[in-house]
Formats: sequence, structure tokens, C-alpha cells
Amino acid sequence: MRVKSLSLTFANGLKLFDGIDFSVDEGERVAIIGRNGAGKSTLLRAALGMIPRSKSEGEWLYGEPMHNISGRKRRRLLCQVGFIHQRHNLVPRATALTNVIHGAMVRYHPSFRVWNQALAPAHLRDEGMELLERVGLADRALNRASALSGGQSQRVAIARALMQRPKLVIADEPVASLDPVAGEEVMELFSRLVAEQNSTLIFVSHHLPHAVRYADRILGVRDGRIDLDCAADAKSIEELGNIYGDNDDDDD
Amino acid sequence: MTTTSPPTRLHSFKPINFAFGVAGLALLIASFNAIEFDIFEILEGGPRLTRLLGQMWPLNFPAVPRLLDQLWITFLMAICGTSLGIVISLPLVLFAARNLTPHPIVRFVVRTFISFCRTVPDLIWALIFVIVVGLGPIAGALAIMMDSIGFLGKFFSEASEEQDVGPQEAIKAMGGSRLDVAMSVVLPSAMPAFTSDALFAMEKAVRASVILGLVGAGGIGMELKVSMDLFQYETAAMIILLIFCLVVAVEQVSNRLRGAIIGGH
Repeated sequence: MRVKSLSLTFANGLKLFDGIDFSVDEGERVAIIGRNGAGKSTLLRAALGMIPRSKSEGEWLYGEPMHNISGRKRRRLLCQVGFIHQRHNLVPRATALTNVIHGAMVRYHPSFRVWNQALAPAHLRDEGMELLERVGLADRALNRASALSGGQSQRVAIARALMQRPKLVIADEPVASLDPVAGEEVMELFSRLVAEQNSTLIFVSHHLPHAVRYADRILGVRDGRIDLDCAADAKSIEELGNIYGDNDDDDD
Repeated sequence: MTTTSPPTRLHSFKPINFAFGVAGLALLIASFNAIEFDIFEILEGGPRLTRLLGQMWPLNFPAVPRLLDQLWITFLMAICGTSLGIVISLPLVLFAARNLTPHPIVRFVVRTFISFCRTVPDLIWALIFVIVVGLGPIAGALAIMMDSIGFLGKFFSEASEEQDVGPQEAIKAMGGSRLDVAMSVVLPSAMPAFTSDALFAMEKAVRASVILGLVGAGGIGMELKVSMDLFQYETAAMIILLIFCLVVAVEQVSNRLRGAIIGGH
């Protein structure tokens, strides 16, 4: 995956990014760090073409461009990207199993869609249950997502992303909404499952120890550009904290 | 003692507001004049009302089995019309809701159609369908269907637009289409609102189905019109009582179902 000359200009003419370049190799685990408001999440969304005013000459999976392409083609490319959001974004009234099975619907031709576990073929239900078991929630399969805790919901969201069998997993501060203990558990589980699937991983993290522990490489975003690109073990947490940490990082 | 003087009594007075007030009052007086409203004339009708009520008694109980048949048809007419309205309104949501529509122009066209269905009164729809498909309950069911599309199309679309955008974005981010978003997120999330709206539509349809009979669209309304035309006031009173019971029963069942759904939600 190669992002080249990524730019993002807001409606008021303000440029957030101008000519950002970076590439990620297959199977690599990359953390994107930066202070609050540095544009870490926006960078990923813009690179994915999810922000209308963003432009890039880069190539995504298989050398396909992500910008200036039809909606149908973008959807086909996004099918191969598992996106884990800051907030789990599950369907609250749907069961955990149905939410996981939603991840499988994009694996098939649009003429065959699965929107509910009750209507899903047996092999998808089995696969969904296996993933729920791997995230430790098989016994909550028929609970509505609204009845799960924050940590449990985020684990279901991880299972949903893995159900896509993605080539690339993108996580936007996946544990930001969780308490430290649940966050650590979820991050550990998430990192292990992604590694088991041999997927490439890019995650945004506000928590520098996570970036150092779970990534092979770190990209630092500051003032609308990437001003750090190094191996995860090349700099200490203190060094990174001085440049990219926020004042409220003490409680991290 | 304070030296500051109190504010003027009419501190919010504006000539334009005063002008609107005067215009409103003039419209009200003109309206009562136009309908030749006369309280004494209404009071003179009192003895006639008493006579009518007297003629309505005793109620025509022997006609009840025949009337119940017609009442049942009226109820079924409302069920069929509302069900058709629901079936047609649901796919319209895909084009009429802001978060699901493929294009704003499509949304505008579909919304205009829905508004048209709603603004044409059900009695007019009934008159049209009586001409198109002939006298009888089918005309009534089709009239209710058009009215339900107008009502449910609007409320279903609004309920869809009110749903949390997070889960919708999650499905879009994994490459899901508009249909995927609608079926996997919006429909299950908005289901309590949809069901509640559909039950309201059903109540509304039962009340409407009674009136539709007056223009030949079948059901108990036709019986009511015939009884009134033939001065069979004891039968008419029986019909009014049965209609009252039906409307109250439907409202009660609907309220309980709605309570169960919202409670379950």
C-alpha cells in the first residue's frame, strides 16, 4: 500500500495535509501517533478516500487508486479493509452474532447479502461463532449489542472486522473509549488475532506504550505532515512523549 | 431607593406584531360572518336534536349480526389498506430518507409523491377508486393504502434519518452499499419506531374506513348512509355505537402493543 501526495483542503480553504507520502508493506504493523487534533484519524480516513475533499495520487491494495474512482469500485476495495472505530459502532438492536456476520456480507457478490444471523447460511454462523469464541464472547452470541459492556462491544467489533477476512486492518484508537484494564485486554487480543490472520495492521494510538508494544513501525504526525518514520524500538516512550504526547498523558 | 426607572409597559410592542394581531382578529370575524354563525339558530335546533335522539331509541338490536358482518369488512378493509401502505412505504424509504437516498433529486421526487399522497384527503382517494375499481371495499382499501403511503412514507423516512450514524458509517467503511446500510442498520434500529407508526396508521385507517363507506367504498359506512337516508335512526344509532366500540378496541390494542414495543426497546 502506497499513499502518495495526499492532500486535504477544507471548505474554508484551510489545508490540513499537503503532499503526504507513506507506504506500508504487506504484513507490517504500523502505529500512527500524534498529539490531539494533529489529524491522525483524518489522515487514515482521507487516505481511504472517505473524506470527499481529500485527494491523492497514491495506490491502495493491488496498486488500485483510492481517489477519483467510482463509488462501486471504492466499495469493492473497502471490502478488503477491516476498519475498527474508536467507538465500536455496532448495531445496538442486533445480536452480537448478527453484528459479527455483518462483516461477512461484503465478501459476497451484491446479489447475495446476509443481514441477520437467523437468515445466514450455516457455514457463516459457524464462522461467526468461532470468532466470538476467539474474542471470548461465544456465550453472549444472542445478546443484543446494547446489552454488552464497552470492552465486550469492542471485542465484537474486532470479530466483525476479522469476519471480513481483510487484507488490511485499520484501527482508529480502538481502545480510546475503554478503561485502562479493558483497553489493555482488547489491544492484546486485537493484536494477536490480526497477527494470526496475517493481515497488515495500521492503528492510530494516543497511548504511546501501545504504539511501541504492538507496532513494528511508528509514524508520527505533526503540523499536517509525517515528521517521524522509524522502527517501534528506535525511540523510547519518553522521547516520543516529548514530541507527540499530550499534557494529559500522565494518566496513560 | 433605586434611581433607575422601570422599563416601558409595552417593551416588546412592535407595529408589525400589532398588525398581524389585527389581521388575525379580522380573519376570525370574517370567518364567523361567512358561515352565518348565529348562536340563537343553534339553540333553536335543540328540540330537533332531542327528537332525533328519541327516534334513535330503542337501538336496532336485531340488525346487529348483519351490522357486525359489515363492521368486520370495514376492519379488514383498514387492515388490507394499511398493510399495502406499509409494503409500499418501506422501499420508498430507501429513496426518501436523507441518509439512504442515492441522490437529492431522487429524494425530492419521492418526497413530493409522498406529500401528494398525504395532502389529497382519503375521501377524494375513495371517490377516485370508486370510479376506477367500482363500488365496494376494494376501493376503500386502495384509498386507505394511498393515505397510509402519505403518512408512513413521511414518518418511516424521518425515523430512518434519526438513527445513529456510527453503525451506518461502520457498514459503509467495510464496503457496504446503501441497501446493506438500510437492511443491516437502519431497519433493525428503526423497527420500534416503524411499528409504532404502523399502529398509528392502523388506528387512523379504522376511523377513515368508516367514513369512506359514505362515498360507496364499502363497509359499515355504507350501511350508515343508507340508514340515515331512509330515516332508520334506530339502526344508525346502533351503527354509531358499534363503530365507537371498534375504534376504542383498536386504540386499546394498539396502545398496549405500542407500550410493549417501546418498553421492550
